[in-house]
Amino acid sequence: MSLSLAPGFATAAASFPRAHFRPLCAIVYLLLGATAHAARIGDISETSLWEQAVRFFTFQDPAVRYALIGSMLLGISCGLLGSFIVVRKMSLVGDALSHAVLPGVALGFLWNMSKDPVAIFIGATLAGLLGTAVVSLIKQTTRLKEDTALGLVLASFFAVGICLLTMIQRLPTGNKSGIDKFLFGQAAAIGSGDVKLMAVVTALVVVVMLVFYKEFLVTSFDAQFARAVGFPAQLIHYAQMLLLAFAVVIALQAVGVVLVSAMLITPAAAAYLLTDRMHRMLLLAALFGMMAGALGAFLSFLGNNLPTGPFMVLAATAVFTGAFLFGPRHGVLARWWRQRSRTLRVQRENTLKSIYHVLETREFKGEGVSLRELAERRRETLEEVAEQSQELRTHGQATLHEDGNQIFLTPDGWQRACAIVRNHRLWELYLTNEARMAADHVHEDAEKIEHVLGEETVRELERRLEFATKDPHGRSIPGLADMRKGAGASQRDELIGYGRQT
Amino acid sequence: MNELIPSFDFHRVFIEPWTQPGGGFIWIALMGFLVAAACGLVGNYLILRRMALVGDAISHSVLPGIAIAFLFSGSRGSWPMFLGALAAGLVTTVIIETIHKKSRVKQDAAIGIAFTSLFALGVILISVFASKVDLDQECVLYGEIAFVPLEETVKLGSLVLGPTSVVRMGIVTLVTVALILLFYKELLVSSFDPALAVSLGNNATVVHYALMSLLSVVVVSAFESVGAILVVAMLILPGATASLLSQRLPVVLGLTVVHGALSSVLGIHLASWLNCSPAGAMVVMGAVLFCLAWIFSPSEGLLRRWQRGRSSQLANVETEEAGA
Repeated sequence: MSLSLAPGFATAAASFPRAHFRPLCAIVYLLLGATAHAARIGDISETSLWEQAVRFFTFQDPAVRYALIGSMLLGISCGLLGSFIVVRKMSLVGDALSHAVLPGVALGFLWNMSKDPVAIFIGATLAGLLGTAVVSLIKQTTRLKEDTALGLVLASFFAVGICLLTMIQRLPTGNKSGIDKFLFGQAAAIGSGDVKLMAVVTALVVVVMLVFYKEFLVTSFDAQFARAVGFPAQLIHYAQMLLLAFAVVIALQAVGVVLVSAMLITPAAAAYLLTDRMHRMLLLAALFGMMAGALGAFLSFLGNNLPTGPFMVLAATAVFTGAFLFGPRHGVLARWWRQRSRTLRVQRENTLKSIYHVLETREFKGEGVSLRELAERRRETLEEVAEQSQELRTHGQATLHEDGNQIFLTPDGWQRACAIVRNHRLWELYLTNEARMAADHVHEDAEKIEHVLGEETVRELERRLEFATKDPHGRSIPGLADMRKGAGASQRDELIGYGRQT
Repeated sequence: MNELIPSFDFHRVFIEPWTQPGGGFIWIALMGFLVAAACGLVGNYLILRRMALVGDAISHSVLPGIAIAFLFSGSRGSWPMFLGALAAGLVTTVIIETIHKKSRVKQDAAIGIAFTSLFALGVILISVFASKVDLDQECVLYGEIAFVPLEETVKLGSLVLGPTSVVRMGIVTLVTVALILLFYKELLVSSFDPALAVSLGNNATVVHYALMSLLSVVVVSAFESVGAILVVAMLILPGATASLLSQRLPVVLGLTVVHGALSSVLGIHLASWLNCSPAGAMVVMGAVLFCLAWIFSPSEGLLRRWQRGRSSQLANVETEEAGA
């Protein structure tokens, strides 16, 4: 039960008999009735979900058409503008702006006491712009930080709006207005006038984006460069804010003041996870916004007069979650997979290196390395080492003989082992010679870098170290000739060993 | 327009509320004060730590916690609500951290995604289970502080303490004050110099999560009175106003409480004049007080700045003339 509907605050505040609440309940009831009327979809409570779905998809009801078109249009414009505020790390400016429009909505309504789309549009845009201007004024003239200024403006403007709304609802004409639908959104309340306005604004946003794409791009990513080449960065910033305010205001009717910032942030953030190119991000964000809008309109239509905004937001969140988990490059799963395969590769390379060391200690006599030797070298149990040798076998870097007790490197494995040992020793030499580090301090560092040195860096290191053959500890650095020994072996029938001299 | 703004009647606006039988008005004023004081005190630390918008996020996202607690317990009991809100607050913090750390989405966007999703979930729960949850969308937006005097009263023996929510808010406020006094030094150090705090052996994570938990509890107990969004104002406005007037933390904390008291009483007078939402009116008066501090602050107000700017300009002109 809301206070706004109380006949008068002062009377409600005093404790008075329960009977006085009857008229209040009656007004609540009336308002709910008026809401259902405003929805214009008819008596929903009697029909089943399936019938509702059929009604939605046959598009016979003009209200359904308006709601769907409107929701998709707002998704496009919010996605486009949202992309810029997400990459500019200004997401919460969108939040502040969307809350700050509320007093403008109320004043626009008061203009001629009706839900005139144009009056509300103008009022809301002005209020939103005033809000962002106050934020930057507070930032410039006080010690307060941006987050405080945003929160302060957001809540204060919203409070003014709430006061105005509760005053309007008290008016005799106010109850039937459906202005309360601006808080949580009701796509079904979108009329033909609203759709026309939304179409005009979306077209404007798209055209401005196309014409000034380069300017927007440069000022968003490198404002200093933009100023240096003579773009009016400040002007472009204001233009963006104005368009942002437009996008927010046309979304109000369907999404509601409270949640409209999600339609800016969430589809754009999902797009941001999927691509590195701005134009693709814009397209994806517009697409996601459109999907979220349509899905939200549909879901809220299924239920009994449920607010639209929350459904759109959850639809957008679902898209974001999908991108967050399954994005091909930045998704959590892809990252996890990359990390895992990197860990496995490093592990294999360490095993190869140990096998090389075992071979080296017996001066490369004999071909196979037994599990026991490897286990002693790695200071691990036989089971662990057996598992590692299996891992090498599945990657074609070794063959196993005598029930898996003897490990023979394939040419592939031999070359990789040589390369890793070479990387390690070259890097140790580089650190002692060029970086003047003590010889007993360089091992740890080389342990890490040996797995990531590329061929080009290795060539560069070899040149700088004048093709040295001994590392700081006096052991020889395997070179191309050593690697080829393995390559020669590949001509034999069976791929075993690092290869004897043929 | 005449219908919209009732004529100003001094007696009706300023005298009548205090002289009404039953004294219901005093409870509303007290509730407003307690909410503003508790929120403002916690909010000061949010401002210092540049976490004002995390406060915004948590105040929105406790909604599903409250709704789920309602569904399970079937009542407006304090404990289920506190637990639900604590859980929701924690989930919000974890979601923000996860999105921020595990993907390249920046923290501001992560905050925006987390709290809008949770808030949307809460609104849907409330709409779908409207018959089971004794909460409505209006309450979520601007609270029901005017109904405070109509609640059942809490009695301690034969002594009548006051309406349930006022007593609860009073306890929360006292706990907040006690915690701030008790851990004053830890909060001070970790807010101003996190590196020093760590080197002194304070656990930054513990302080962070403790503050978030306190914030969730304060927000949820204020929620019924002022709603999810106006809580943000209660968190930020008192501290922001106070920090324009002083740079010393004890003074700022004191001024926060004063701001809370003033905005509560003035707000209720405004509401009884305009006949509008009292919670909204309190915030409006709080914002007016902020604007006054912004303009007239003796150390860094707009007027002072303008004066300084002009005198330095004059000094420049004089030196130029002297040079010529």
